Amino acid sequence: MSGGTAPGHGSGPDCSPDKESTESTMENDQTMKGENIMENDQTIKAGGTRESSKLLPLFLTFLKIGAFTFGGGYAMIPLIQKEVVEKQKWISDQDILEIVAIAESTPGPIAINAATFVGYRTAGIAGAFLATLGVVLPSFFIILGISFVLRQFQEQKMVQYAFQGIRAGVLALIAKACFSMYKQSPKSGIAYGIMVTALICVAFFQVNVLLVIAGCACVGLISSILAERRHGT
Amino acid sequence: MKYLILFWVFFKIGAFTFGGGYAMLPLVQEEVLSHGWLSWEEIVNFIAVSESTPGPFAVNMSTYVGQETAGILGAFCATFGVVLPSFGIVLAVARCFDRFQNSRIVKGCMSGLKPAVVGMIGAALFSTGSAVFFPEGVSLGNMLQVSFGVSAVIFVVSLVLAFRKAHPILVIVLSGVLGILAGYASDTLAF
Repeated sequence: MSGGTAPGHGSGPDCSPDKESTESTMENDQTMKGENIMENDQTIKAGGTRESSKLLPLFLTFLKIGAFTFGGGYAMIPLIQKEVVEKQKWISDQDILEIVAIAESTPGPIAINAATFVGYRTAGIAGAFLATLGVVLPSFFIILGISFVLRQFQEQKMVQYAFQGIRAGVLALIAKACFSMYKQSPKSGIAYGIMVTALICVAFFQVNVLLVIAGCACVGLISSILAERRHGT
Repeated sequence: MKYLILFWVFFKIGAFTFGGGYAMLPLVQEEVLSHGWLSWEEIVNFIAVSESTPGPFAVNMSTYVGQETAGILGAFCATFGVVLPSFGIVLAVARCFDRFQNSRIVKGCMSGLKPAVVGMIGAALFSTGSAVFFPEGVSLGNMLQVSFGVSAVIFVVSLVLAFRKAHPILVIVLSGVLGILAGYASDTLAF
């Protein structure tokens, strides 16, 4: 067709030595709009690094993960694996284990830890920010909507009966969570001591929870240092 | 001012919850109850809502409490607060994660924190349990009430389902249906 007759065509091939695909799209562009578009294309190509091209996919992927993980936490790991490792190939299978480890050893919700970590590994601080924003946004807006609905129906008799039953059901879910945390916990004499002490302090003496957390971390630290010393000598 | 308090409280919750999810329950109960933002019933109800909607529990809870106490801006402040510590800490350790994970100090602290979380969820289980089974105070006489029996049956059924790895949403739906049936049944029997 009339591809080669567009004005300023001569400057095209010199500036795009990188990829065949960009060349061919550029030639198509030229037939339509001429030089201006082409130059814009090129400045974007030159200015954008490989990392920044991942920012939008990062945001969208974690938006999807945030919107489709019910219950949060570990329920999210398989979905992260599918989206981030298998589909996008941003990180390796080995790194998934690292995500679980980092989520466990740093405070805060697992979803946030995982999103920040994957985002940072993939595209630096901007990536961390966008991945985290993506994973938070769906919950935020869904809960805003639900709080209006809840307020509307809370007074209804049937809803109150339902929640009376649901509270007993949730109690079972808490028991299950307690048990799975128990399975993950170390089971030395000191660990059992910490479990019982923490339970009694919080349940019966209303000791400040932050104090209990800090205290137990200190006990764990001191006892592990002492154990190491004993092995050393 | 209330925005600042919401931010600060959820910042603390975000910074001191290890293990995610239910591990934050003791801290949420303490802070949210002591500020009078929600009743214990509303907290437990909301756990069910959070399990049935997508997204992490922490974000759901902070958005809900913020929205209920101070509107959308409150929801934003609380959620921003709960997210910020994780975000900052993960960024700080991501670069040297291997060294962080294998450091003796981190390992030592974790060896104390893991059992502590078990104990504290146990405490949350205890306080929630006494409120569910004995809404009018713990006593032998209250064990004879219909509501105690209904709660006990639903709890046992849910427990069996949960430990057989039934999905939490199934547990919630079923216990809700049982609650409705029991509620209307005791209404018709009483009159």
